Amino acid sequence: MSEFIMTSSNPTSIDVATGKQPGQQARPYAGRMMNHIAGVDRKDWLFRKTLWIGGLVILCLVLGILLTLVVGSIPSLRATGIRFLWGKTWNPVNEVFGALPFLTGTLLTSFLALFISIPFSLSIAIFLGEYFPPARKRNRFSHLVREAVELIAGIPSVIYGFWGLFVLVPAVRQLEMQWHILPYGVGIFTASLVLAIMIIPYASSLGREIISLVPQDLKEAAYSLGATRWEVIRHVVFPYARSGIFAGLLLSLGRALGETMAVTMVIGNTSELPTSIFSPGNTLASVIANEFTEAANRVYLSALIELGLVLFVVTTCIHLIGKTIVQRFSA
Amino acid sequence: MLVHSFKHIRHRQIRSTLIRVVIVCFTLLTLLPLLYILAYIIRRGIGAINWSFFVELPKPVGERGGGIANALTGSVLIVALATLMAVPVGLSSALYLSEHSRGKLAGFIRLCIEVLTGIPSIVVGIVAYYWLVRPMNSFSAFSGSVALAIMMLPIMIRSAEETLKRFPVHLREASLALGVPYYKTILKVLLPCSLSGVLSGIMLSIARVIGETAPLLFTAFGNPYLSFNIFHPMHSLPLLIYNYAISPYDSWHQLAWGAAWVLLMWILLLNVLTRIMIRKWSVRY
Repeated sequence: MSEFIMTSSNPTSIDVATGKQPGQQARPYAGRMMNHIAGVDRKDWLFRKTLWIGGLVILCLVLGILLTLVVGSIPSLRATGIRFLWGKTWNPVNEVFGALPFLTGTLLTSFLALFISIPFSLSIAIFLGEYFPPARKRNRFSHLVREAVELIAGIPSVIYGFWGLFVLVPAVRQLEMQWHILPYGVGIFTASLVLAIMIIPYASSLGREIISLVPQDLKEAAYSLGATRWEVIRHVVFPYARSGIFAGLLLSLGRALGETMAVTMVIGNTSELPTSIFSPGNTLASVIANEFTEAANRVYLSALIELGLVLFVVTTCIHLIGKTIVQRFSA
Repeated sequence: MLVHSFKHIRHRQIRSTLIRVVIVCFTLLTLLPLLYILAYIIRRGIGAINWSFFVELPKPVGERGGGIANALTGSVLIVALATLMAVPVGLSSALYLSEHSRGKLAGFIRLCIEVLTGIPSIVVGIVAYYWLVRPMNSFSAFSGSVALAIMMLPIMIRSAEETLKRFPVHLREASLALGVPYYKTILKVLLPCSLSGVLSGIMLSIARVIGETAPLLFTAFGNPYLSFNIFHPMHSLPLLIYNYAISPYDSWHQLAWGAAWVLLMWILLLNVLTRIMIRKWSVRY
């Protein structure tokens, strides 16, 4: 191949290739062919490089994001150090930055949301994965259920927040008045409710996939021994899918941790350490959303970026662990 | 003895049926409130929709009426720009992944895509702020588009790679055996066959980012006036919903409900179109 390229780049053969010397019929064709091959070779090389660069851009993007967050949080790390993580007060005016109120807020809302959503998402997952799988039979009703779940999963979080603000907050306020708690309406409990509603579609579609992966022959073996439907679910499907369901919970938790808008709108936005699940608070994401554009000085901005770094590291770890378990499960 | 064991079987069967009923009820109990939310938003929103809602700018507090023309154009512009940026990168990296699926670099890229999938949207906003808003010293629609493009990439790549990987070897070999160069085989044989997957990935990623608010909060920032300059702040539908929802004015809430309705319909339309496209254009080998 390289010989061809060399001949084709030879000026005389290019002259021949353009066909300026009539009478030599055999060579112009060969010359043109060689030129063509050289051109194809170069284009192929260029094409392969383009694909490679496309892949490399993704790699650089993620490294760039991590690097940016680390570099951005250096001023805050210098000022506060590692104490940042368990500092109880967040007071931008006096430049005291502690992330504990937001860490507690984030963990409280996410875990509460997860616990609230488990029975609901698990029942949808069993419904679609075991009782009425849409794939196996052409079942209208289960198709409808699946479509509805997917439709609801597509609603943007800001709309959930808006709805929560207008429907859920007054409802929770009523509840709090009945229970004789300070009726804020907004707060960690309300945020958890909105979050739970938001992660149900995601968690149940994950769970459905995992439950439908349980091998048919295992289930049939149990049926042939005389097990009832529930006993098969209880003693075959659950134990087999245990790791997958756990991973699904992890992935949903990762979603809940990073959720911003809906939480920001209903959590009340105070930087004090929450005293109960009904008190207003703030999460890592919501404090960034609220204060980022107001951050006037360098350390303040950097402290917010450090919160972002913490959020990024935690959600990424949880997400990667969950994904690894799911992959191992489906392999 | 026999009667006893029959009783036992009956007991187990009853329990099984009972639990089945409970699960079906729970599913319906979950779905109904969720569908109620959807219905609530649509009902509140549709009341705000009329012609001037689409063509006018928001009016100042106190005046009735007004529209969301600035947010509509802003959303379209920002998302279009993001798509323009994300598609070349997404497509080429999806092709790279499907062509070199076992390589070391491919493994790293897959890991990176997973990280990008799980990244909280607000963090993307911070990064776009750091990369573009600070050096250019101004909030801009362009930086918002970059943030959205980053969020679009993983969905797009995943969907495209899934379809590209299914392309059978014998078709590829047939093309190469005819003397068709590698790049033409990819562009003229592989891509047209996988078109439905690639396009549906792009549309799904658009549907995903069109409602993203957090990355735009400190990049596109919002703008009460109509603006077409991508290096200036620009409004968008989700930003408008957020700003007006937390405002105390009733007329602004009305605009926000309308905007939420428009956003929902938009996402619904994209999803339906994607379904139709997959059904019509997908190639079975």
